[in-house]
Amino acid sequence: MLQHKLQHLFEEPACATNRAKDDKARKKGCGGKPLTPGNAAGGCAFDGAKIVLQPITDAAHLVHGPIACEGNSWDSRHSKSSGPMLYRTGFTTDMRELDVVYGGEKRLYKAIKEIATRFDPPAIFVYQTCVTAMIGDDIVKVCKAATERFGRPVIPVNAPGFIGKKNFGTKLAGEVLLDYVIGTEEPEITTSTDINLIGEYNVSGDLWNVKPLLSRLGIRLLASLTGDARFHEVTKAHRARVNMMVCSQALINVARKMEERWGIPWFEGSFYGVPETSTSLRTIAKMLVARGADAALIDRTEALIVAEEARVAAALAPILPVLQGKRALLYSGGVKSWSMIAALQWAGMTVIGTSVRKATEDDKSRASALMGEAGELYENLSQRDMYAKLKNGDADILLSGGRTQYVALKAKVPWIDSNQERHVAYAGYDGTIALLKAIHKELTSPIWAQVRTPPPWED
Amino acid sequence: MASVEAPAKNVTINPLKLSQPLGGATAFMGLDGCLPMLHAAQGCTAFALVLLVRHFREAIPFQTTAMNEVTTILGGMDNLETAIVNIAGRAHPKVIGICSNGLTEARGEDIKGDLKLIRAKHPDLADTALIYAATPDYTGSFQDGWAAAVGAIIDELVHPAPGRNLRQVNLLAGSHLTPADIEEIRDTVEAFGLAPIILPDISGSLDGHVADAYVPTTLGGTTLDDIRRMGRSVITLALGLHMEPAARRLEARCGVPVETFPRLTGLLAWDRFIAALARISGKPVPQAIRRRRSQLLDAMLDGHFFFGEKKIGIAAEPDLLFTLANFLADMGCTIGAAVSPTQNPVLESIPATRVVIGDLDDLEQAAGDCDLIISHSHGRRVAERLGTIFFPAGFPVFDRLGAAQRLSVGYRGTSDLIFDIGNLFIADDAEGGEHAATTSH
Repeated sequence: MLQHKLQHLFEEPACATNRAKDDKARKKGCGGKPLTPGNAAGGCAFDGAKIVLQPITDAAHLVHGPIACEGNSWDSRHSKSSGPMLYRTGFTTDMRELDVVYGGEKRLYKAIKEIATRFDPPAIFVYQTCVTAMIGDDIVKVCKAATERFGRPVIPVNAPGFIGKKNFGTKLAGEVLLDYVIGTEEPEITTSTDINLIGEYNVSGDLWNVKPLLSRLGIRLLASLTGDARFHEVTKAHRARVNMMVCSQALINVARKMEERWGIPWFEGSFYGVPETSTSLRTIAKMLVARGADAALIDRTEALIVAEEARVAAALAPILPVLQGKRALLYSGGVKSWSMIAALQWAGMTVIGTSVRKATEDDKSRASALMGEAGELYENLSQRDMYAKLKNGDADILLSGGRTQYVALKAKVPWIDSNQERHVAYAGYDGTIALLKAIHKELTSPIWAQVRTPPPWED
Repeated sequence: MASVEAPAKNVTINPLKLSQPLGGATAFMGLDGCLPMLHAAQGCTAFALVLLVRHFREAIPFQTTAMNEVTTILGGMDNLETAIVNIAGRAHPKVIGICSNGLTEARGEDIKGDLKLIRAKHPDLADTALIYAATPDYTGSFQDGWAAAVGAIIDELVHPAPGRNLRQVNLLAGSHLTPADIEEIRDTVEAFGLAPIILPDISGSLDGHVADAYVPTTLGGTTLDDIRRMGRSVITLALGLHMEPAARRLEARCGVPVETFPRLTGLLAWDRFIAALARISGKPVPQAIRRRRSQLLDAMLDGHFFFGEKKIGIAAEPDLLFTLANFLADMGCTIGAAVSPTQNPVLESIPATRVVIGDLDDLEQAAGDCDLIISHSHGRRVAERLGTIFFPAGFPVFDRLGAAQRLSVGYRGTSDLIFDIGNLFIADDAEGGEHAATTSH
């Protein structure tokens, strides 16, 4: 079963890497280069699956495995909720030695029962992990029995960490949504302006910078996949008129299959930076009108863009002279590799390079076109090389995630968080203001001059 | 004497427990020039790394053998070999600390045997110490993994050597001690003219310092040379009960006697440590230490008003739980709820009526009437939901700055703890604040 699903995902025809291949080459798969023992970094498939599904706020997320998988990882993402908090509760079967010897299916079933009885969630997602996969626990079977017994969807997420990288897990989670969630309920009403956002996880409230813009345009967010989502919204996502895919690689299979099954057209876009936010809103409006929404939507959208862009420019006017010409190094993934470039260039900054580790070919060419000849694309920038660049003064600021934060700080170079662990929402017009203000605050901190001053007793 | 209970529960809710491999790898980070590695899937290292980075606010060297589903079936030796060769070629560590996990242990990898074969095949690795600790994550917790790594280091590197160095003292530092604690312990031992070898020494590597160049391994920590000399020490002081088994192994192998200090926080506990140092060194207690003791007496006298009859809920690894519960009981508090992630003999002697083996949900259920919640940072939401003040302690502490620099051993550390926790009570309790004013004037 799993092998079949894996092969199927490797062959994903809409995947940017696969688009360039013929059928035969595609069959060989797109799992990417195998990991190098002793020189690997990054999350596993389980991590990716959890990133996609955990933002469904009213569901319980139960990890079937020994303590490490949940005990070392829960409570570390900042996907926000406007209501239910159950998604933040860490549930795990915490497998012990005897469970490993005798199998953990009974323990899993009892765990599901305890959660259903005590917390009464609309659905329970059950995550397979390496050890339980290896000993052969059949979580599909257990979930099926539990679904019948406890009268609610109990959904197996078969993405144990050792089958691949984080990106692969996000796709497997997409399959879970397609197999068990989307299309299982009908919305009470539908409108001609219903859309879904796919791959927007409401990190630090990103979604809340976008949703009001949509509301002002009269566009209804039917379902968010999956930021600040409720389970019974996601079930109805198949009635949207347009899908916007917010993070390029992660859930491409969901967008494509929703088009295949329910005829929903989709596009790929971003809400990082002023240009991309405006482009995305325009595209949504255009696509909705093409599917029968009132044509006045396009004029409303243009009016909103004019007003918002003027507002952003006014809000940032005092700090733009400081940002002008400052050089940034980006170490991020996927869609952010280029959308962030546009966001910074809009403010007059120069991007000297961007990582394209998790980016598609499309992402890479867009990044390259934006940066021009001066900018470098890094497939794999080692921490040692990154440190050397920063120490050498090649960049004024690093935008990256927590793992490389201290490479910058130890080189005494400004840094801000552009990853999922960050605490500030950077999406939409308000997010752009927040991002550039954060960069300004970091660049103008008085500590830099001090920490770079050698002590008086040295030359 | 507490009754230790393990409630029948099929689901762990809001985990307190951390994995053994994470504890083991953190102990390896206390060795100089070390690159710790998990023999596991790559995600295990990624998760653990994020926690370490958030706690220490440092770049953390940490690698993986990146096991996948195929190598899990075929065996992991090739991955182990490739990883070691890659790391040795790229980062030139003096030591690679290898922790297994549930996947590789349940599969039955013969890692010791594999390492022998790898050594035989790669003579160029002769100068690189390879140390393996068995740390499946389906048993034990952070401190057990730490203890396993310290035991493995001693087994691998400490051998009998002729002659005794009467000034040289081994200190096996438990996982409940911070870099600042270890600095304090070292300074104190040195104040008696003794030469301490501290294993592991995270005060060198994880204390938060800015180096002048990029280093791909740990920078600072116990050196291999020092470890190899441990067999000649006059005594081993096991700091934390979970350090005693490793100390006993060193004793059995090299004849170095052992003295164990279950805790180093609290007046009488540190008195015992100071007395031992005076005895071992044959020197009187230095004036500066006597003065610190007097300062602690004053802190206890000033602070005890705010601690008396306060009810505390604590969830922590066994030795830290034991340390904090006893300190708070020393100050007049009642331990209203005590939760440990794993079973441990030390739990019976915790000053509470009941100790639960469980998770943060068990703490939340039991601590409803407590005045203060203490646990690692994941417990902050328990405190929020209970409307109680919160004091983070243990690992990980990611919602406060300076986790590595927090001092809680010795006269000075105990004073700091009285002030830190006492100030929380004062801020929380307006009546207590007024009480302070009337008492001190």
